[in-house]
Order: sequence, then C-alpha cells, then structure tokens
Amino acid sequence: MLLRIANGTVYDPINGIDGEVRDIWILEGKVVAGPPTDASGQPLAPDKTIDCTGMVVMPGGVDMHAHIAGPKVNLARKMRPEDKRKARVVKRTPITRSGTTGSVPSTFATGYLYAGLGYTTAFDAAIPPLSARHAHEEFHDTPIIDKGFFVLFGNNHYVLKQIQAKEPERLRAFVAWLLSAAKGYAVKLVNPGGVEVWKEGGDNVHGLDEPVEFFGCTPRQIITGLAQAVQDLGLPHPVHIHCNNLGLPGNWVTTLGTMQALEGRRAHLTHIQFHSYAGGSDDQDTFRSRVPEVADYVNSHPNITVDVGQVLFGETTSMTGDGPLGYYLHKVTGRKWTNADTEMEAGCGIVPITYRDKSFVHALQWAIGLEWYLLVQDPWRVAMSTDHPNGGSFLAYPEIVQLLMDRTYRQEVLKRVHPRVLERSVLKDLDREYSLYEIAIITRAAPARMLGLPHKGHLGVGADGDVTVYTPNPDRRAMFELPRYVIKAGRLIVEQGEIRAEEYGRTLCVTPEYDAGALPDIQKWFEAHYTIQFANYPVDESYLSHGATIVPCRVDDRSSRRKMAGES
Amino acid sequence: MPLEAECISPDRLRGKTAAEVAAEMVFHGNRQVPLGEFFQIDGQADDGEIVVEGDCSRVKWMGAEMTAGRILIDGHAGMHLGSEMRGGVIEVLGDAGDWVGAEMRGGRIHVRGRAGHLVGAAYRGSRRGMRGGVILIEGAVGNEIGASMRRGLIAVGGDCGDFPGVSFVAGSIFLFGSVGWRPAAEMKRGTLALFGPCPPLLPSFRWACDYRPVFIDLYLRQLRAWGFQPAQQDFPGHFRRYCGDLVSLGKGEILHWTGGSASGRANLP
Repeated sequence: MLLRIANGTVYDPINGIDGEVRDIWILEGKVVAGPPTDASGQPLAPDKTIDCTGMVVMPGGVDMHAHIAGPKVNLARKMRPEDKRKARVVKRTPITRSGTTGSVPSTFATGYLYAGLGYTTAFDAAIPPLSARHAHEEFHDTPIIDKGFFVLFGNNHYVLKQIQAKEPERLRAFVAWLLSAAKGYAVKLVNPGGVEVWKEGGDNVHGLDEPVEFFGCTPRQIITGLAQAVQDLGLPHPVHIHCNNLGLPGNWVTTLGTMQALEGRRAHLTHIQFHSYAGGSDDQDTFRSRVPEVADYVNSHPNITVDVGQVLFGETTSMTGDGPLGYYLHKVTGRKWTNADTEMEAGCGIVPITYRDKSFVHALQWAIGLEWYLLVQDPWRVAMSTDHPNGGSFLAYPEIVQLLMDRTYRQEVLKRVHPRVLERSVLKDLDREYSLYEIAIITRAAPARMLGLPHKGHLGVGADGDVTVYTPNPDRRAMFELPRYVIKAGRLIVEQGEIRAEEYGRTLCVTPEYDAGALPDIQKWFEAHYTIQFANYPVDESYLSHGATIVPCRVDDRSSRRKMAGES
Repeated sequence: MPLEAECISPDRLRGKTAAEVAAEMVFHGNRQVPLGEFFQIDGQADDGEIVVEGDCSRVKWMGAEMTAGRILIDGHAGMHLGSEMRGGVIEVLGDAGDWVGAEMRGGRIHVRGRAGHLVGAAYRGSRRGMRGGVILIEGAVGNEIGASMRRGLIAVGGDCGDFPGVSFVAGSIFLFGSVGWRPAAEMKRGTLALFGPCPPLLPSFRWACDYRPVFIDLYLRQLRAWGFQPAQQDFPGHFRRYCGDLVSLGKGEILHWTGGSASGRANLP
C-alpha cells in the first residue's frame, strides 16, 4: 500500500526539517523518498492520500520510560479498584476491545490511549527477567504501539557476584545472555545495591560507596561495571539508571556522584527530577532544587542523557522496582502498600500517591521537573516523561507541552502552587519557551536516538511509517491532546480521537552476541538457586506473537571491543 | 438475574412522564433493557417522591447518588441501596441487601427489616466508607458494617455480625442487639455504642471508666424522633467505656451500656 501524506508542515528534527511544507510517502509501512515508478517510468499513484494542508506533521511519539506491562503494573491494577471505579471506561466497539483507565489503564486501553495521543512506541522501564513472560503476554494485548522493556540488572545476584569477583567478561556474557533470554531491550539499574540490602532485611544504601552486604561490592562498582558491559556489548541503548536515594532531600550529591562515577561512559539517567533535591533528610525546611548544578554537569558531559519524570498534580500510583522507596512512600503517605521480592533478581514497591499543588514538597517536585526541561540546553539530551504513572499519567504530556511552550501559562500555574516554591527553585526566572521543533525533539526524535532506534522518531527514508498529524492551535495542550491523524506503519489508525483500525505493533528487543563458554557457570549458579529450571527460563519465540524487531548492536563498538580483547 | 437500576432515584426521574420513566435503560445481567419491562409505572415524579412496590431484592443500586427527595420501597431492596447518596430519604419496609449506603455522604436510609453485610462501608480499595448521613436498620445485619467509616451514624436494632466498625476512622455506630467477633478492630477514632450484650473485646481495647455520656441521650432522642423502634426503651444508668484500638491510633471508644452506677472499680474483661 502506498500512502501519501500531502502538504503538511513537517517537523522532523533527525533530518533537520523544521516546519517545511512537504509530502511524506509511505510504502508498505516504511517511509520512501517518493512514489515508486512503474515499468514505463511513470510514478505510481498513491492508494490513499491524506491531505494535511495547514497541519503539523511529526513522527509518531516515542515514550522511553513508562510502566505499562508486567507484574508490578498488574499488581497496581489489582491493588487499586477504587482508582478504576470512577475512571472513564473504554467501551468496546466493533474493532476495539473494552478496557479501564485510571492511573494504570488496562492493556488494551493502554494501547488505544497512547495511539490517541499520537504515540506509536513505548517502553516499560522495569521488568524482572523472571517475569518477562508476563510482560510479553501483556504486550500481546497492548494494541497499536511498538513496545519493548528494560530488564532489571542492578540487584541481580549473579551480577553482584561477578562484580565482587572482578569478572567483567563473565558479567558481559551474563548481561547478553539474560537480555536475550528475557527478550528485553536494555539494561536497567534501579537503586543499584539498595534493593538487595532492603531484601536482606536491611534498610537501604545511602551512598555510592556503601557496601552491599554479602556481596562485598558498592553501588559505584555496580554502576560502572554494568555501564562498561553495556558499552562493550554495543547495545543500542546505554545503561538506564535509576539512581540511589530517589526522592530523598540531599540526593543531588548521589546523582552527581553517579554521573562522575561513569567517567565518560555513556548512560541514561532516568526520572532525573526525583534525583535533584537539596536539603537535610529530616528537615523539610531545607528542601530545595539543585537542578542548576546537576544540569550544568549534564550540559558539559555529552555521554549523559536524561528523561525528566515530571510530576503533575492529581491522583496517581507510584510503582517502582525500588523496594525501600515503596516502603518510604508508604510511611510518608500512610497509604496502602505492596512490597514484592523476585528471588535472585529484583524488588518492587507500589503505593497510591496524590500530588497536591498546595503541598510544598509536591509543588517543588513539579517545579524541579520543569527546571530540567528548561535548563538542559540541548533538547537532544532530555526526553519527555512522567515516569508514567509515577509522576503522573502519560496522558499529561500535552499539559507539559503547554507548560514548556507558553511561559505565561507556566507563570500562572506557578502562582497557584505553594508559594515557597518561588524561593526554593529558579523556575520563576526561566523564560525559555520551547518551539514546536524542540517539542518534536524531546517527544520523539531524542528518545528514539537515545534508545538507539534507527527506524523510529524520524520520517527519513527507511523509517517506520509512524506519523502523527496535529491541527495547529495556540492552545498547545488542546493541539497535542487530540491529534487529527495517527498513522502507524503506513496505516491510518486514529482520526480525531476515534480508532479507525486495530493494529498490533511489534516487540522491540536485542540479541547481543556472547561467549557461549560462559553458559555452564551461569547454569550451575542458576540451578543451585532458582525456583525454576534453567531450560524453562528463556522466553521462546511464541511470546513474540505480533512479530519482533531486533535492533542491532553497534558493530563498531563490538569490533573495537574485540580489538581490545585481542590486545589484552 | 439481578437488575441494575440506579435510575430509580428522584434526581434521575424528576420531570419525566411515566412513559419516559419506563424507557429508562437498566442492566439486566449484561444486557440493557427498558425499566418498563420489569415495572408497571404510573404517576409522575416531579414531587421527588418515588414509591417502589414488590420484591426488589434483586434490584441493585436504587437511590444511588441521590441528592434529595424520598424513595419508599414497599418490599425488599437489593444490594447497593443508596450507595454514595448525598441527601434525601430512603425507606424500606422489607429487608435490604449488602452495601446499604456504602460511601454515603448525607441523607437517611431507614430499613424496617434486615440488611446484609458492609452497611455504610467503604468499597473495596477505598480509604473511606460512609462520610455522613444516617443509616437505621431495625433488624439484623451482617459483617463489617461501617468498615472504614469516616462520619455519620449507623444504628442497628437486631443482631450484628462480625467486625462492626472495622477500621473505623470516625463517626458513630449504635448496636442494640448481640454483636459478633472483634467489634471496632483497628479503629482510629469514633464511637461504637453497645446496648445489648457485650462480646469479648480485643485485647487492644482498655477499660477507661464508667460514666453516662451526655450525647447518648441526645442521640437516643433523635433516633426516637426518626421512629427507630429499638431506641424507644429507656437506657438508664452508666456505660462502660473502653479505649481503642491500641494497635491503631487508639482514640476511639466502645461504650457498653451496663445500667449500673459509676461507683466502684469496674471488672476488667
């Protein structure tokens, strides 16, 4: 099928196109330069033309950090019937399935809501590999979007053992094997070392050099060890780090320390908003923003990218692989709490949370998120996220766009929130406004580039035919809330909020190469400790029932690694 | 097969003709059918008064979210009667099902017969049950009435099941019959007044004193004014007061009517 998206004003930052009127041609789901020609050299007529005169055309949105599938998301759904009871219901239609919304929508609803918002790709940010099957099963029922997940590594016992034993080759092989076994996409660290300490009955780790009991290694060693392993494997996405001490006053020191510990290795620091606080741990009066200092470091160190984890006011559900954080939130809010322990691999905490604009802490968190967008000079290094649903739902992205593009609106909201925020952050002094081009960067081009997805986030030749068309409107929230058209793989899926066709996106995963000689050791350890058989552990192909796109690892890094290995 | 008829509410029917009321859609299982298939409808509802006749023990959600007016049910009522109601009066001459007045905020529900479990309770997952209003049940009730209740009054004339006032946040529950296990477990604040026999209390309730609280007489007088039969008799003398639940905030109380005088030290349970 040949589709022509005609005469739209195109914003395609990866290809440097900033608001040019042009046609986009999509043939069999992929962008092509123009219509192919027939035998006589005449260009073929398109099977379908969508007239986008006067409209804004962007690549489909890419959400690089959300929680949309897997055991913790499902536990949150089960734990919060009250969140579902009053929320809008997604009704069944002849082509779509029914579902529930609230802060944690059901699987089908998740797909429809993302598509309705103009997003065509999303990643779940924290899956314990033992539960990878569950995540893939939910992906099977998440329509339209392409999706993948990050695998939890930062508290995995085998990882900790290899770091303790100073066995980087074995660690690298394990990372590659486990990613392939889970059919995951990237390496995620959640409070490295801290979750393990919590699971052992301890409290947490509080700094980068505090030892992890029984494993004799430190968060710093876990971070650098895994960052190096990921770099050596040439994975498309660098190590994805949820730093230690999330949410605690004074944690900016840890965050900055983490960046410094990387010593130039590539890394993505996620929901950085939650990691930029100054103040004493027991003294709310000293709680304040430290974004300028940390953002300065990011500005001057191109090896680091961030996503924000913006907080928005309202009711939501906090869900995290950071077990001790879940307990902390439960104690602070007094609300119900789920704690879970995935044997050798990970932890989990789920707590409902209500962000209030009259609360000093919540309002400051809101301001700190916006500071991040406005203080990172290069939009290619900061991705939009709410850490859905932790800071708010992904449905709040249009609100963030409005806050970034319209400083008058931003100042108005700032006037309504807790007044102490004015003195504890620099938000009131920031008058930067995002352009549409920059919005296109932080919502699709930059996340796709950070994730190393060559076929996403742009409309150049060979890219996936994922396109979102917006009706221009000075009210940016209204504009981004209701795209005029959403096209997925060259098919018109959404028209003005109505789903026109149901399509199932593909799963994005990686299959890095590794030395099979490392397997016997992994198997020996596995069979001594796990509750399931080694042979039953890897996820098989049948779980990728809607198809998979295997994103290649970077050959140059791999060859340079081989060279390095040869030299040593 | 139950019927889900939240349209049987003065707010929903006001200004409608009998024919329009008959055309209101209700769920019968998973199918939507007009109300008129199940009820013969006459009169008009402009005065905010609705009379429902017959055995409606499988008709759910009557009076849900109503804000004003009056519903008289001459027969039994099904589950979720007056759920989340904010005002008005519902009177049931027969029995009612589970979840009577769950999470209600105002108004009054008076059931002459029995009611099921979870009267005035919080729905699953919610933090707060009933937040205001009055529920009067003259007969027996089931378990967990007033669960996580925050404000308002529940009075029960007959026997009560287990866990009345579990996770009580605040408010009042008056029980005139026998009471099952573990009343007011995990209560933070609130008053559970027992006018019948006192069951064994949890060890996390402590005897405080014997006295005659002034508010009891005001409440009894009001209950009589509403025509609540079990409160017609006099309850002279003292109440034994227990503080609890000490595993929680411990600012609640269980008052047990002993009829005795305050002189002398009470026997601890």
